[in-house]
Amino acid sequence: MTKTIDRRTLLRGAGLGAGGLALAAWMPAWAQSVSPGLTPDLPTVSGEDIRLRIARQRMAIDGRHYRAIGVNGTVPAPLIRLREGQHVRLHVENALDEDSSIHWHGLIVPAQFDGVPGVSFPGITPRSTFRYDFPIRQNGTYWYHSHSGGQEQLGLYGPLIIDPAGPDPVRYDREHVILLSDHSRSSPEAIFRNLKAMPGYYNYQRQTLAGLLAGRDQKGRDRAEWGKMRMDPADISDVTGAAYTYLVNGHGPFDNWTALFKPGERVRLRFVNAAAMTSFNVRIPGLRFTIVQADGQHVVPVEVDEFQIGVAETYDAIVTPMEDKAFTLVGEAIDRSGMARATLAPRPGMVAAVPPLRPRPLATMKDMGMDMSSMDHGGGDASGGMQGMSHGAMPAPRGVDPSAERNASARLGGAAAAPPSLAGMDHSRVDPSATGGTPGADMAGMDMGAMRMRDFSYAPEVRKTPGVQTLSPMPMDRTGEPGQGLEDVGHRVLVYKDLMALDRNPDVRAPSRSLDIHLTGNMERFMWAFDGVKMSDTMEPFPFVEGERVRVNLINDTMMGHPIHLHGHFFELVTGHGDHAPRKHTVIVQPGGKVTWDFTADAVGDWAFHCHLLYHMMAGMMRTVSVRPKGGPA
Amino acid sequence: MIRRVAILAAGTALAMGAPAAAQDHSMHGMPMPKAPAKPKPAAPQQEAKPDPDKPADGGPTDHGGMDHGTMPAMQAAGTALEAGDAPAPAPPTDHYADRFFPAAEMERSRKVSMREMGGRPLGSVLFNLAEFQPRSGGSAYRWEGEGWFGGDVNRLTVKSEGEGLVRGGIESAEVQLLYSRAVDPYFNLQAGVRHDFRPGPARTYATLGFEGLAPYMFEVEGAVFLSTRGELLGRLGGYYDQRITQRLILQPRAEFNLSAQDMPAQRIGSGLTSAELGLRLRYEIARRFAPYVGLSWEAKAGRTAAYARADGEKPSALGLVAGVRFWF
Repeated sequence: MTKTIDRRTLLRGAGLGAGGLALAAWMPAWAQSVSPGLTPDLPTVSGEDIRLRIARQRMAIDGRHYRAIGVNGTVPAPLIRLREGQHVRLHVENALDEDSSIHWHGLIVPAQFDGVPGVSFPGITPRSTFRYDFPIRQNGTYWYHSHSGGQEQLGLYGPLIIDPAGPDPVRYDREHVILLSDHSRSSPEAIFRNLKAMPGYYNYQRQTLAGLLAGRDQKGRDRAEWGKMRMDPADISDVTGAAYTYLVNGHGPFDNWTALFKPGERVRLRFVNAAAMTSFNVRIPGLRFTIVQADGQHVVPVEVDEFQIGVAETYDAIVTPMEDKAFTLVGEAIDRSGMARATLAPRPGMVAAVPPLRPRPLATMKDMGMDMSSMDHGGGDASGGMQGMSHGAMPAPRGVDPSAERNASARLGGAAAAPPSLAGMDHSRVDPSATGGTPGADMAGMDMGAMRMRDFSYAPEVRKTPGVQTLSPMPMDRTGEPGQGLEDVGHRVLVYKDLMALDRNPDVRAPSRSLDIHLTGNMERFMWAFDGVKMSDTMEPFPFVEGERVRVNLINDTMMGHPIHLHGHFFELVTGHGDHAPRKHTVIVQPGGKVTWDFTADAVGDWAFHCHLLYHMMAGMMRTVSVRPKGGPA
Repeated sequence: MIRRVAILAAGTALAMGAPAAAQDHSMHGMPMPKAPAKPKPAAPQQEAKPDPDKPADGGPTDHGGMDHGTMPAMQAAGTALEAGDAPAPAPPTDHYADRFFPAAEMERSRKVSMREMGGRPLGSVLFNLAEFQPRSGGSAYRWEGEGWFGGDVNRLTVKSEGEGLVRGGIESAEVQLLYSRAVDPYFNLQAGVRHDFRPGPARTYATLGFEGLAPYMFEVEGAVFLSTRGELLGRLGGYYDQRITQRLILQPRAEFNLSAQDMPAQRIGSGLTSAELGLRLRYEIARRFAPYVGLSWEAKAGRTAAYARADGEKPSALGLVAGVRFWF
């Protein structure tokens, strides 16, 4: 049976304080402004028959009203809580006057229930109901979202938790969902058009003359070098805090969504990045995360102070606050143009200091797949997690442009931080010739002509189109690195190589073949594709035979990170953990980097395969993957 | 159990290589593993789980006393194995979803989603110049804009420019209707027609040109124009947006017009006919709306200048301009 939010729960939410009732209409109980945590009696939708109604609505963020699309009257959509081994029928009613759909992100379902219009089903037409019907064969933290147009940015996303059939290997006293997202007053269509007309439309942290004169950012020589290449090193995110307010469970940074705990409790935080375009750097100053799950799959616990979560990834982390005080949870947009903020507190109404937004990073030559300095180390693994050791490519911090703008959330953290840093770093070990440099300076002595930026001999499978601006001459394995702008934050940041599956991988055969897929783009035209081919160019899939095990190399030929998602399957990252490789459904391929994964094509059907940045997908960075029985009918 | 945990943890440390090594092992003088890919965390048959509560790294777990040299040799498995070189299968010819849903509905949704993922035509109109220039004999106005509609590669482009006197009507006006095709990451090739309504008798030209972003971020364009009477003109121009701050932008701009022949009716002489240098400082209140002030120096050259003098006009002028750069 479908449970809905009842009056009693609303009142309880309100009783917990801070305007709960006013917001309750828009918020599922687990997302109300103060949450005691997820408890078995808390209203979520669960059971074998679940009804979800997609409709337009309004939502309040930081006291202002926004247009939105929600489910059952709430944004985020209700928490769906299921149990491994059960069967579920989800009746999804589309009350919009346009097509809609819901994709169960990370769930292994029959292809016809995967929820991608044009690939797995025809979509849900206006004022009709579609019934999804499938068994639940896994457990963990997942989420669900629209796969139609820009509905995802408007709020059509929610968390989905599957409790294990047996005992949970993770021990915890309390749990909270931390669903990060971004919301804008601009419609998805308007944002996409702005990006096409002017790719830097939302970037108000570019390099300027004022910055040059103030000695910030790149030095003049490097600016000239980048200008010559027609590349903008400040192009970290396409859509920024200029358009977005960053949300925790549907709440703005000033709403200060609060998760309660009792000191000494092990609190399980189920992080979901449901944003349209924003990867976040997540941390709770004063607490360490013990990462126990990634993309719904248990991992050997690993302790970190911070992690970068790409769009569509999930992480489960345990924190154990011992003190009777509040802690601030910060989800900083990777370009540092704004933050999502929440509070962990023993009682409602408490706040803790909010750390200032750190300076936005600048792309380096390495982000263009051209790094020379790390070649000696081989494989790129040397830089992994070794805070304080990978200084070769590190810019000497010169501060960010004085005119750079961030969104309103920057006010929470007070004055801008000092350059990232450097506290706690041991400079004595740093090669002095490397520190003087700014990004690109390590290239200064190099003849740029010798390393061509668009040489198709590096990537014969890539179609020669105007959509391919650059090809990485030397894509590096960057899974040992913490992500753009986190190289030198003075504490431990999660890297993919830290992740190791708790269980042995289900298929440990050697891949029978390998496949290179290039992530290509043109930042000047806002074109994005795989191998230079857009979804709109071809319906022809990347073909696989059922049961086949294949190694896929994702090579990022662009200067932006892309969270790449494969539907219907988990893949095992090739990061040196043999048969305990971490299994994921979405992986960030860092700029100019490469990620290798093995997967078993065990799910017959056609599956979507795409960059989970909404506007990259809308620009065409999506293809289908087909899996067919061996020797069966074509 | 503890021992197994330790093995697994150590395996993790090994496999993670650098981070663990940097934190724990280096202080013991342990060699840093160079290639962490090979050693396996656990023998395949070993099903023991580490205590999930126990961090694999850091904290109290002390790897310092472990002798990695005596760790049992472990078999490579899973992602540690090399990939073979089997051929890729041929792509299927059917659509899987057609087995479950009416083919016509699937066909419709395929069309919609392909259009949504990269095939949606868009359009935009930018007026780089829309300005007034105060002059002694009444102020002049001027516009220069460009609109496009279409996809990433193929576009319909309309360009227009002209000027006139607020109390004297239009002095010159031209419109170009072009097919624009992206030929490389930065440049579009453009072909079509240009029609001049003024000055003089209307003229129509066939047009072939280019437009794009040159190294060092210069926006440049150039075109040749062949009139229905066989006259050949040329134009070359460009500008650079120098951000002074995020919103305050200085735009130096240059344009050169050329003619292969004398065109007395249009008061154009052969050779370089005119040049224009401009410097405009705009403030982007919004990306789409930026008021500006600036200086514009226009000079007629050669025989064109002679025509101007003969008409009693000054061949060059420096003027203040004020306008709005906007797009929608």
